[in-house]
Amino acid sequence: MSTAGDNRRLSFDAPIHEMEARLGEMQAEYARSRAGGDASAVAEQIRRLRRELAGLKQTIYANLEAWQQVQVARHVERPQSREYIDLVFDEFIELHGDRAVGDDGAIVTGLARLDEHKIMFVGHQKGRNLSERTACNFGMPHPEGYRKAILKMQTAEKFGLPIVTFIDTPGAYPGIAAEERGQALVIAENLLKMSMLKTPIISVVIGEGGSGGALGIGVADRLAMLEHAYYSVITPEGCATILWKSSEHWKKAAEALRMTSRDLLGFGIIDEVVPEPLGGAHRDHREAASTLKSFLLRALRELVEIPRDVVLQQRYEKYRRIGVFFEGVDAAAAEVLEAVVGSASATETTAATLAPADQQRPTRPPIAAVDVDPTPHGVDSRAGALETAPTRD
Amino acid sequence: MAQGRQSHAWHGHFEPKRVPEGVWMRCDGCQATLFRKQVEENLNVCPECDHHFQVSVADRVAQLVDTDTFEEWHADLRPGDPLGFNDRRPYPERIRAEQERTGLNEAAVVGQGFIKGIRVVLGLTDSGFIMGSMGSVVGEKLTRAAEEATRQRLPLVIVSGSGGGARMHEGILSLMQMAKVSSALGRHHAAGGLFISVLTHPTMGGVAASFASLGDIILAEPKALIGFAGPKVIAQTVRVQLPTGFQTSEFLLEHGFIDRIVHRRDLRGTLARLIDFVTPS
Ligand SMILES: [Zn+2]
Repeated sequence: MSTAGDNRRLSFDAPIHEMEARLGEMQAEYARSRAGGDASAVAEQIRRLRRELAGLKQTIYANLEAWQQVQVARHVERPQSREYIDLVFDEFIELHGDRAVGDDGAIVTGLARLDEHKIMFVGHQKGRNLSERTACNFGMPHPEGYRKAILKMQTAEKFGLPIVTFIDTPGAYPGIAAEERGQALVIAENLLKMSMLKTPIISVVIGEGGSGGALGIGVADRLAMLEHAYYSVITPEGCATILWKSSEHWKKAAEALRMTSRDLLGFGIIDEVVPEPLGGAHRDHREAASTLKSFLLRALRELVEIPRDVVLQQRYEKYRRIGVFFEGVDAAAAEVLEAVVGSASATETTAATLAPADQQRPTRPPIAAVDVDPTPHGVDSRAGALETAPTRD
Repeated sequence: MAQGRQSHAWHGHFEPKRVPEGVWMRCDGCQATLFRKQVEENLNVCPECDHHFQVSVADRVAQLVDTDTFEEWHADLRPGDPLGFNDRRPYPERIRAEQERTGLNEAAVVGQGFIKGIRVVLGLTDSGFIMGSMGSVVGEKLTRAAEEATRQRLPLVIVSGSGGGARMHEGILSLMQMAKVSSALGRHHAAGGLFISVLTHPTMGGVAASFASLGDIILAEPKALIGFAGPKVIAQTVRVQLPTGFQTSEFLLEHGFIDRIVHRRDLRGTLARLIDFVTPS
């Protein structure tokens, strides 16, 4: 398989399917033995196999490679916005249209109730079967989708409703009509407007976080990812085509882009990883929804307590901090470092040791270098790799 | 693509180190063979067909700003390698090669200068540095420029040139720069600040889908390629012939997404006049 396209049966899931088949056989045998008398031996075997199966899922899913995560994130049976709407919210009134061009099926919007909270919901929808997928354009919105999203969010702001967005798109649609109707502009405007909305925003990447098309509904006070979701500046196929000159190399690109929930938590981009049921959300929609619901409730309860101007200030600072670079004396140190160790030290950087760009960044350009701090902003590991203690105030 | 990117003498913090090119060059627009010096003296615009060649940041500053008035800020910002990215070449190595080739530390230059006597905060991206793509440094510099413009109540002018959009090599951190710069521009607008965005060839992807599209006034140079998705990607997706002139400045003007197309020779004057109109005198 050269792309992560059709993935009803994931190759790395084969041992799980095999064991599930065996379990099925054994259950049939159990039924037969019960009819014939003593079935306790078979029952014991079934119990053992169930434990083994859980262990197998655990082992496989705890160690998925990036490209495998992408396949799980794209799994056709993975729950989408509409399933979560049914399973998470107590009430939902869908609201359509962008009041200008049309109603984009790739983004679902509406009022929802979640326990004591009334919220505005905005989420990508990819569709489950072919006719749904066509109606949703495979979750790739046109400009009217982003306009619809921001309009509903502005309604939420007016009435003080918190906003919850679910991200699940391969990307904003790359098409002729999309360009004619200003795809770049609507996404840009959404980023700006979301950064200024005077109401709390919670975003969760539930499946695919495809670049600007994801970010276009994803500027938030709390950003989380489901465990096996991915979030990336470009699809692995797109990246492979550009940098490796062939989409065949998408697995390598998926690895290099550091797009998994664990990576993003390490970079300080997301606040939380929402765990999935054993073996992925596609195996148990209900359990996935229930974990997601408890995250949402926790985030909502936290955010509604914070004064709105503080929420806004914190949202600004949240994005303001993001970035990894050298500055001032660091820049000079980087030069020295590069001369000494070449690029090797930089490649030793690991996600686990990355923090969001920190407060030790001088606000103004270099003062005369006295102490040379070889730590680039937001990265401790570089100095660590050289066995010098990173300086931190 | 590197055609016509030679530099004029310019008094700034960085010394452009472009590879010397031949005496003659061919125009991408009309295929005419042109005397390079003549093209350069014409602001890197083809004297035959008005084709606008890409220009370096240094050239752009020289063309727009009153002589010797540009003061660069945060020139020392340099990219890190948060992902440990290595496609067929380690990212830090790629950066170093680009730095040597262009004489720039990164794809963006910000600072202040005077345009016909009006003080402005200026941001520029150089489409020649890793395709003018936006990583952490570009995002940080433009954010600081926007914040400074807000603080000092100065007009902000950003001249974009980016075929690369958000830079893949810095992954999700690049994508988030779109939100970061857009947030700063949101505050600038809310404070009543003026932002004029100038789009040059090419302005694509994450750059087009963030700061470049957020001007009070959006100008574009003639025939620049401007859009969200690259034409190749679109052609592969929709599998039909793209219309002529698709994603050009003229296409965007026709569809209502930019205010004016401005010839390079008129850009400086147009900026000054526009700023004057919306600045209390
Ligand atoms: Zn020409």
